[in-house]
Amino acid sequence: MKKRVELFTVTRNRRINNEYIVLYAKPDGKLPDIAPGEFVEIKVENGPNTFLRRPISIHEVNKDSNEMLLLIQEVGEGTRLMVDLQPGDKLDLIYPLGNSFTVPKRGKMLLVGGGVGVAPLLILGRRLREEGAEVNFLLGARNREILMDLTDYKQYGPIGVTTEDGSAGVKGFVTDHPLLKERLKDMDRVYTCGPDAMMRAVATAAKGAGIACEVSLENMMACGFGACLCCVVETKSGNKNTCTEGPVFNIEDLKGW
Amino acid sequence: MTASGTFGFGEEYEDFIDISALGGIVVKGTTLHHREGNPYPRMAETASGMLNAVGLQNKGVDYFVENIYPRIKHYDTGIFVNVSGSTIEEYVQTAEKLNDLEKIPGIELNISCPNVKEGGMSFGVHCPSAIAVTSAVRDVYKGHLMVKLSPNVTDVTEMARGVEGAGADSISLINTLLGMAINAEKRRPLLSTITGGLSGPCIKPVALRMVWQVYNAVKIPIIGMGGIMNATDAIEFMLAGSTAIQVGTANFIDPTISVKIIEGIKEYMQRHNITDVNSLIGGMLID
Ligand SMILES: Cc1cc2nc3c(=O)[nH]c(=O)nc-3n(C[C@H](O)[C@H](O)[C@H](O)COP(=O)(O)OP(=O)(O)OC[C@H]3O[C@@H](n4cnc5c(N)ncnc54)[C@H](O)[C@@H]3O)c2cc1C
Ligand SMILES: Cc1cc2nc3c(=O)[nH]c(=O)nc-3n(C[C@H](O)[C@H](O)[C@H](O)COP(=O)(O)O)c2cc1C
Ligand code: FES
Repeated sequence: MKKRVELFTVTRNRRINNEYIVLYAKPDGKLPDIAPGEFVEIKVENGPNTFLRRPISIHEVNKDSNEMLLLIQEVGEGTRLMVDLQPGDKLDLIYPLGNSFTVPKRGKMLLVGGGVGVAPLLILGRRLREEGAEVNFLLGARNREILMDLTDYKQYGPIGVTTEDGSAGVKGFVTDHPLLKERLKDMDRVYTCGPDAMMRAVATAAKGAGIACEVSLENMMACGFGACLCCVVETKSGNKNTCTEGPVFNIEDLKGW
Repeated sequence: MTASGTFGFGEEYEDFIDISALGGIVVKGTTLHHREGNPYPRMAETASGMLNAVGLQNKGVDYFVENIYPRIKHYDTGIFVNVSGSTIEEYVQTAEKLNDLEKIPGIELNISCPNVKEGGMSFGVHCPSAIAVTSAVRDVYKGHLMVKLSPNVTDVTEMARGVEGAGADSISLINTLLGMAINAEKRRPLLSTITGGLSGPCIKPVALRMVWQVYNAVKIPIIGMGGIMNATDAIEFMLAGSTAIQVGTANFIDPTISVKIIEGIKEYMQRHNITDVNSLIGGMLID
């Protein structure tokens, strides 16, 4: 899909909890097809403190309303400005960027997300179901207060939940959940997105069980479209750009995973 | 023109702009042999700019000649290759391999690289090394020889005069300024290499000053860069003495900026009734 710079208009800002919002925005023209795992680069204000664009995963697209959804967690100046956006505000995007998750036609899939890493798993869950695969979610959060709203995910499959303090679901990390501890061998493929330590733990579990595993990396990016070589990850065939050859990688290709 | 290391091989921008609309492109830093570059993290955002420590990741000059050049030679624009090395011999051998490429009118010598034989000090901060590498390449290279100066020096005019005397056809400046960033919470550096190259609008005043100084010191043309974000910035560089300009980091924020800058320069000329763009070069008025 051809990459483009485009001005979107914010249509809705849906508050999920203290830290997360979902931003709905649409372009003047028709949204192109978006594959799960692809991301956008948002120009926040290009001011002294938010000079570069910010990479954000595509959470979902709604073909009927021509809207793109972005799940944003406030962590610093750039995301704070995004969280404050209101309907009518403009959003300067470069998209669609990156590769995408594999979407097979059948099989049992486990989609493991931690924190804001749950973002691309919604569009992935929908696409997998559309193709005919079986979807199981395992979503982790620090505590109940910042757990993602599960309503949209529920349409595509059952959801296991973990929180570090046990305020919702199983207490602990995603790797403490029976889905990963006991039932992993029933799965055909694992997808994961979230904090580095979590993804590594999921990858180790998948490797141990001999199951294919795709991870979506969140390396620091300056451009997002392959021009700067700042976002590299070490793979078995040398350095690769996370922004163009990723963000989704099969753990078999990554060095040290 | 677009600046080396920020524009890939042009191909990365094909979705956004018509590459042939540009005055020229300078492709990624190329060395004699394949280089993996520095470990991740290689980038840190700073106030109005960024630090990078890519470390000249590239597949080597032979790969460029055999695989990349055939893909990009159809661009109807001047394609310059940015040449780097860790010894004079490496620069010379790399330049020689680029001699016969019909669509490469020139090379840009990146002398901001550590000279391994002289204790790792950069060629670009030591005048005798800068002269030696320039004249050695001049002896073998037939096309246009642009030498790119480092700003990490006490007196940039000494370097400029040195490379002019050694046979450079033009001078481009500035390369990145050496900088560093720390995460106070983690008490850790933000780059794997601790220090890195600073670029973006935060370096523009330094770059403008150096272009002006070099303009007053040499006769060969100057290609100015450093923090150019829009047409006004570009015109400032011309008024300070640049014959042409290069756009670097700004491409990351707006991949269409290079063509917008060309349009903006035309618009400025119309507004000021200027018919010859060359009249802008060094055209700053001083009372
Ligand atoms: C492919 C990809 C997809 C992402 N998807 C989402 C998403 O769907 N929702 C979401 O909320 N966040 C997502 N992120 C992370 C998001 O880009 C950062 O949180 C954001 O850039 C922080 O900007 P800031 O100005 O708020 O924070 P800053 O003050 O700039 O930094 C706060 C912290 O955020 C991290 N960060 C900063 N810049 C980047 C960067 N360019 N790339 C990665 N991490 C960075 C750093 O660890 C930093 O310490 C994604 C990152 C990548 C690379
Ligand atoms: C990510 C990155 C990579 C770069 N790589 C090179 C390089 O390979 N060779 C070189 O001569 N300059 C390189 N530069 C320096 C730029 O060409 C330019 O001199 C500098 O960034 C200042 O211009 P700017 O502020 O417009 O970016 C690089 C700059 C950046 C940001
Ligand atoms: S972010 Fe620039 S190459 Fe990946």
